[in-house]
Formats: sequence, C-alpha cells, structure tokens
Amino acid sequence: MILVLACTIGALYTIGAWLLMQRSLTRIVIGLAILGHGANLLLLTAGGRAGGVPIAGADPATTSDPLPQALALTAIVITFGVSGFLLAMAYRSWRQRRDDTVEDDLEDRRLAAAVRRLDQDRARRETREAAHGEIADQHEVGVGPGGDG
Amino acid sequence: MSPDVALPLLVGLPLGAAAVSLLLLGRPLVLQRTVSLVVLATMQVLSIVVVASVWDGSVVSVRVGAVDPAVGIVLAADPLGAIMLVVSSLMLWTVMVYAIGSQRTKEQAPAFHPLYLVLAAGVAASFLTADLFNLFVAFEVMLVASYVLITLGGSRDQVRHGMTYVVIGLLASTLFITAIGLVYAATGEVNLAALAVAMDQVPTGIRTALGLLLLVVFGVKAAIFPLFQWLPDSYPTAPSPVTALFAGLLTKVGVYAIIRTQTLLFPTGGEVSIALLVLAALTMTVGVVGAIAQNDIKRILSFHIVSQIGYMIFGLGLFTLAGIAGAVLYVVHHIVVKTTLFLVGGIVEERAGTGALDRLGGAMHTAPVLAVLFLLPALSLAGIPPFSGFVAKLSLAQSGFAAEQWVVTGVSLAVGLLTLFSMTKIWNGVFWGDPARAAVSLDREHVVAAPMTVATAILVTVSLAFVVAAGPLYDFSERAASVLLERGAYVQAVLR
Repeated sequence: MILVLACTIGALYTIGAWLLMQRSLTRIVIGLAILGHGANLLLLTAGGRAGGVPIAGADPATTSDPLPQALALTAIVITFGVSGFLLAMAYRSWRQRRDDTVEDDLEDRRLAAAVRRLDQDRARRETREAAHGEIADQHEVGVGPGGDG
Repeated sequence: MSPDVALPLLVGLPLGAAAVSLLLLGRPLVLQRTVSLVVLATMQVLSIVVVASVWDGSVVSVRVGAVDPAVGIVLAADPLGAIMLVVSSLMLWTVMVYAIGSQRTKEQAPAFHPLYLVLAAGVAASFLTADLFNLFVAFEVMLVASYVLITLGGSRDQVRHGMTYVVIGLLASTLFITAIGLVYAATGEVNLAALAVAMDQVPTGIRTALGLLLLVVFGVKAAIFPLFQWLPDSYPTAPSPVTALFAGLLTKVGVYAIIRTQTLLFPTGGEVSIALLVLAALTMTVGVVGAIAQNDIKRILSFHIVSQIGYMIFGLGLFTLAGIAGAVLYVVHHIVVKTTLFLVGGIVEERAGTGALDRLGGAMHTAPVLAVLFLLPALSLAGIPPFSGFVAKLSLAQSGFAAEQWVVTGVSLAVGLLTLFSMTKIWNGVFWGDPARAAVSLDREHVVAAPMTVATAILVTVSLAFVVAAGPLYDFSERAASVLLERGAYVQAVLR
C-alpha cells in the first residue's frame, strides 16, 4: 500500500512540476494544485500505517496517527484559498491582455534589446570594415577588374 | 505585564483588529486608520515587554490552550525572536504612518488596513511559534496578505509581476509541506524543541537532506542565490509603502527561519556550513552586480536586498558565536536601513512621478531634507563608519577572519565597495546635478504630506541610535547567538 502511495506521490510531483514550467497561466495554476495534492498525500503517508478511527478512548496502538491528518486538512484549506486567488489573478491577466501566457519582464526585454542593438552595431561595423578592406585590396592590385579593358 | 499575556496578544491582537477593521468598511477611513495605528503601537509596547523579559538571555514560553506540548500551541520568545519582534513592530507602525500620508498608494483601498494587520499577525506569529507546522501556518498568513497587498490596484504590470511572486510563494509553500511531511516521517515530531532532541537519533545522511530541503524552502523566501530572481522582479511594482515593508521584513522572516532551523535542528554545521558560506558569497556578489545594470531606484534597491541577505547567511554559515551574533546585528540594522531607503525612494516617486535615474536630477537643491534622509541610510548600507552598517559589517568581518574564512570575508568587503558604487549612482542620478537639466524635478509644488517625511525621519533617527547603542546591542546579539548555539535553554522552555 505504501508503495502505491509513494508512486502516486511521485507521479503527482512530476506532473505538477512539468505543468508549472509551461507558459500558460492555466497550466501553471493546475500544476500548483496537483503539486499541492502530492504534498498532502505525502503528509498522510508520513503518518504511517492506516488504522482505526483516532477518537478519544481508542487504543493508540491500533488507530491512525491523527496529527498528519490535521496538518493535511490545514494545508488543503490554505492551498484552496491561494489557488482561488491565483485563478482570479489569471482571469484578470486574461481580461487585460486577452492572452493566457506569462508576459516577458519589461526590464529584461529592454536589456535584451540593448544587447541585440550592440550585436547589430558590431556586425554592421565588421561588414563595413570588411568592405573597406576589399576596396583597399582592389586599389592595391591596381586598376581592378576593369583594368584589362 | 508578564510575557504570558504579551506573547499570545502579539499574535491575537492584530488578527482580531483585522476583523474589526473589516467591519469598519464603508465607515469614515479615519476609524480604520485609528484601529491600525493603535494596534500597531500596542504591538510595539508588547514587543518591548518581551525583549525586557529575555534581555538577560533567557527564553520565555507560553502554552496557549494549556494542552500537552506535543499537540498544543507553544509560543516562545528567545532573544533572537524578541529583537526581531521589536524591530518588525517598529517598521509596521512607521510604514503605516507613511502609507496614511501617501497619496499614490492604495491605502484608501477597502482591504488595505485589514490585510496589513493580518500581515502583522503573520510576522509576529513567525517569530514566536515553536512548532514547525505552525511556522508554516504563520508564513501562509503573512504571505496570503502579502499576495493581495503586492497586487493592490491590479494594474497590468502588477498582475504580471504579482503572478511571479504568488507562484513562487506557493511553490515554496508546497515544498515546505513536503519538508514537514518528511521531517515528521523521520522523527514523529513537529515541535521544534522536541525535534531538536529527536534529530540527534536520525542518521546523518537523512539529517543533512532534511536540513538542505528546509534551507531551499526558506532560501526561496529569503531570496538567497540562486533562488532570488523573483524578488527584483516583483517588489518594485508594488505600492511604495508595501515594497518598503516587504523589503525590510518579509525576506528577513525567511532569514530568521533559516537561522532558527539550522541552529536548532542541525547545530553542528558540517557540510551545510560550507554550503551556506558558498551560497553567501554568491548571493552577495550576484545581488550587487545585478544592481549595477539597473536604472530605477526601486530596482537597484531590490537587487541590494539580495546582496545584503548574503551577509546574514555568511554570519550564520560560520556557526561561531561571533558569526551568528554578527548576523543578528546585521539583520536588525538591515531591516531599518533598507526600509528607510525604500521609503525615500517612494517619496521621490510620489513627488516626481518616476524613479528612473536618467530622468531625475538636482533634487539636492529642490529637496534638501530628502537628500539628507537618503544620504544617511545609504552610507550606512555601504558600511561607512560610523553608521550602523559599519558596526554590523565590522563584527561580521572580524568573526570571518577569526574563523579563517578568508575568501568569503574578502568577498564581503569587496561587495561593500560595490554597494557604495550603487548608492553613489542613485545619489548622482537623483540628488546631484542641475535641477533645470532634469526631465522631471522635485519642485516645491510637489510636496508630500508631512507623515511620509516624519516616518522616514523616525527610521533614520533609529538607525543613528544604533550607533550610540552599538555596545549593548552587540552584547545582546551575542546572548541571542549563545542561546541559539547552546539550544538547551530553548528546548527546556518550550518543553516545560
């Protein structure tokens, strides 16, 4: 039973992590929810073997450990609340831009553009220098291609 | 008042007040403001009571609900938690005064005051809880409030950057639950003191793995290298007081959690110690180098938060009494100074409408008071004597040399110079030069309300007071460090 749970937890973490790395906000939100499920299941598994109902008066040796269940319950409530907020934000983002993907950072784009400009400048300078070089070469040879005429 | 009353009140009072504040929606704003200010001022008084009771290096604890410590809610304050509480309460009420004076922040938004109080409760609970799972809950209380505060207004930019912040925060929280699950599976405990005892029985490999996992979890919150990218991305877009508060407080709650868990659960250091020192050097360097390329006050300052976190981790990584004392001193100094700098940045933005260095200029002539309010904490941040940053850096450098960690200590000194460079850049961009040449100027028509300047001035005064009180403050940091390293007093107080 523990093995099945362990595999399930592993699968949930994998799927969650994969979805989290997508560009679409919807997938990110779903990914986080799945990751949350994995974590909650892990908490439950950490409590050890399943047993009887842990109410007052029952023999502690035969009951489940109630603490991880309480922890998982708290964690579920918190994940639920934050997921709701995240969905609201994803919706707001979609309403503002009619687009579901994560936008690039403006400052990053500015830096990237600056780098690209520098590269272009350098490339242009190099071609210009190369062109100058060719002209100089032609002068050195003498009259150039037309000289034979 | 005894700490038995003060500790639960520090968490309960702001939470209750948040509910009251919600009920006051639709009534005149002055009611909400009064509630917030009264409660935050009370928190300041309570936290001073707590510090007074642990001043000699003792630990106080109270069991809320009076049940078995294994399942009950234990609140405990040791010197580290207490000093963090005092400084945090100071930030909370001064930034609230600032926010009330500010026109551009969304302080008038219906949810601002309740959320702010919830955030205050979460911060206080993080410093006081003696239970790993309650630490998670306290973090969440604080973070959920911060998620809403950072996107308050909901502009396109804020949603874009807030999304990063929320997703990273949620991912770290999930990892935190994972860590708690694994810790519980390994030891059967979540109470920090009981864990400290139980951890000694756990095999070294598992213990190191758990230590590193918790380091990653809190490393995300504290923005240490390489988990920091979300910070300079999301902080600058929030309303100024919110950014200032987050910059000063939230990452430091993460640092506090790192110090608490690493010293209490994994006291020998060992491999984690080396990892911490390497991370500290990288965090310091990357943060300060990242700041050089920026052109906006808030973005430069945000990168500097990252760099400064490195110093705190450096002190902890030494795992010596002097190192941890230096780290504690550094955290205290940093919270005040960083918040002040962001508040000044906020005033500049409010007056000029922008924080871009290439558009501003000459503010020294048009806003001389503001220039002074910037200069003092900026020099302090760079570690120029005789300011508080110098005292903190000196104690760190001394302990670094004493522990013969030449490389990290050398890096920390070099980073100090680069910090000075960034501060000079802001100074040149905003305050120096001819105001007539600047695209926008901070002219006399655009003055800010008095509370903003007053709040900033209070914090500058406090950071100057650190210099005068450096001796007793360092002694107290040393007592805090010895409680952290010896563990016995904390364990006894919590399991009492």
